[in-house]
Amino acid sequence: MKIHEVEARKIFEAHGLPVPPSRLVESPEVARQAAEELGCPVVVKAQVLVGGRGKAGGVKLAGTPSEAVEKAEAILGMEIKGLTVKKVLVASAVDITREFYAGLVIDRRSRKPLMMVSPAGGIDIEEVARTAPEKILKVVIDPMWGILPFQVRRMTSFLSGNRDVARQIGRALTALYRAFMAVDASLAEINPLVESPDGKVWAIDAKINIDDNGLYRQKDITELRDDSAEDEGEVEARLKGLSFVKLEGNVGCIVNGAGLAMATMDMIKHYGAEPANFLDIGGSSSPEKVLAAMHIILRDRNVRSILINIFGGITRCDDVAAGLIEARKQLGIDVPLVVRLTGTNEDKARELLGGTELIPAATMDEGVRKAIEMARA
Amino acid sequence: MSVLIDRETKVIVQGITGRDGAFHAKEMIEYGTQVAAGVTPGKGGQKTDCGVPVFDTMEEAVRATGANTSVIFVPAVFAADAVCEAADAGVSLVVCISEGVPVQDMVRVLPYLGERGTRLIGPNCPGIISPGKSKVGIMPGDIHREGPIGVVSRSGTLTYEMVYHLTRNGLGQSTCIGIGGDPVAGTNILDAMELFAGDEQTEALVLIGEIGGSDEEEAAAVIEAGYPKKVVAFIAGRTAPAGKRMGHAGAIVTGGTGTAAGKVAAFEAVGVEVAETPEEIAGIVKNLL
Repeated sequence: MKIHEVEARKIFEAHGLPVPPSRLVESPEVARQAAEELGCPVVVKAQVLVGGRGKAGGVKLAGTPSEAVEKAEAILGMEIKGLTVKKVLVASAVDITREFYAGLVIDRRSRKPLMMVSPAGGIDIEEVARTAPEKILKVVIDPMWGILPFQVRRMTSFLSGNRDVARQIGRALTALYRAFMAVDASLAEINPLVESPDGKVWAIDAKINIDDNGLYRQKDITELRDDSAEDEGEVEARLKGLSFVKLEGNVGCIVNGAGLAMATMDMIKHYGAEPANFLDIGGSSSPEKVLAAMHIILRDRNVRSILINIFGGITRCDDVAAGLIEARKQLGIDVPLVVRLTGTNEDKARELLGGTELIPAATMDEGVRKAIEMARA
Repeated sequence: MSVLIDRETKVIVQGITGRDGAFHAKEMIEYGTQVAAGVTPGKGGQKTDCGVPVFDTMEEAVRATGANTSVIFVPAVFAADAVCEAADAGVSLVVCISEGVPVQDMVRVLPYLGERGTRLIGPNCPGIISPGKSKVGIMPGDIHREGPIGVVSRSGTLTYEMVYHLTRNGLGQSTCIGIGGDPVAGTNILDAMELFAGDEQTEALVLIGEIGGSDEEEAAAVIEAGYPKKVVAFIAGRTAPAGKRMGHAGAIVTGGTGTAAGKVAAFEAVGVEVAETPEEIAGIVKNLL
């Protein structure tokens, strides 16, 4: 789960990172008040859950309270990568002498937290990794020890020759690690961490992604979820316990299992059409889930046919068939449904579907071809 | 010979009185797996419908039965504790079926297992099957046949689809390992390849990868350096958009890394044929043998 910069700043601050004061505002007039209270200059920053806000014009400097109003007016309502800006953060601006990068992820290779720092802050770290990998230092952290003092020293001496600045960066990195572990983060990033002309170190941006699997023990963070940043269908799917991603094509699919769902999309593309979605109904085959899945897919007006691809193991094919018949009745579905059911109780399922308008397919391959044919008809 | 499990494997089911645990314990017994005991805290002293004794703790269960393997069906909230309990009780193999385990739990669990020499498969996985010998997991047993093909996969039902085609084409399996769809797994593709490298029964290996991470690219490097078995691959997620999690916690393309195209290219560069559809896999394996 992604959280807004304003919330990430609060988490960083609570763990001892130096973050310039700020106010979250929803109207230009309140932006004036915030700028007056904080003292100018201030930075006005769009609060949307995508990267590249600066490049899109969603981050602006304001020298006076009136300018803060102007900038807030320009940014509020703006669209960034398809998301409308509803709130802006007005933050005290910091003069910058140097910009650093500091980030933490769970490293899949070492299966441990990995901290990355770079003296080339303020730009996309993946760009730095491509063009100047020697400017990135990576340190694997033992979760049972936490970040060790020698590791902090290695990183700070890599970043700054100034002893006082290095000490402040060291404290910031330690705080970053603590914040990361405390909130079940899968990613935490300060880009940039800056040094100001008076030799002070500040985190002037904040990004945290939370591991969805850890949310059950992060109640405060769960409440921060911003549904407006997601596709409506994706929100509904999450609430119904389904995994759904909307795509641009016209062949819908409902599949049990994430790997098989991806393989189904890939096969649709392989045979020359475009999938409308990724949808994994999971291991359970309750008619309610099938109904919810249908409802979500049919929100998308582009969908011309739907393929139901089930490899029943634990999932019983006759259960899915019953759910499909019910869904067709309740939702008044008018797009063709191609059904491939293999595995447990497939014969029973075939009997159930016999007298209906559902189109049977014996294999995944046949199902995909038929669904494409129907979408084109 | 098979890897990890065979006829001698003695299994304890953690969470045996729950809905999933009870159902799959029965299925495993019907397949022929030696299910020696179950564990559910607070329910010790009972017997399940299949006559399996239930214990309160793993320590008691191992002491009473001499089991060497556990399979976990407890809710994700308790999964890390269950894995550690199994390792502490001395089993050498733990299979964690539970889905939704926080990644930071796994990060702490793995060193604990390392110190005790316990191998973990999963979490969020279908388990392992050595057809004709033993099944420790939730896969449908009847689609498998004993034979010379090893299977390693990050997915569940996609593996069933692939195995179904292998079996229909007369290609039985030595062992199929579902390593799970999480970003941090107890056993990754490389670990599984190492296991199969020394297995006499296995003549060829089918790797079923997907977007996210770099296991497949690293597997390609291992193959280039000289791997003793023939390898065929399939990669799911060619059409997955970047930045979106495709069901599995680990199936996500970030910052241009972990793409299906990159993985396919890595395999093809070292001469590993990558099937475009699940059905193609059997033909490719047949040509190879």
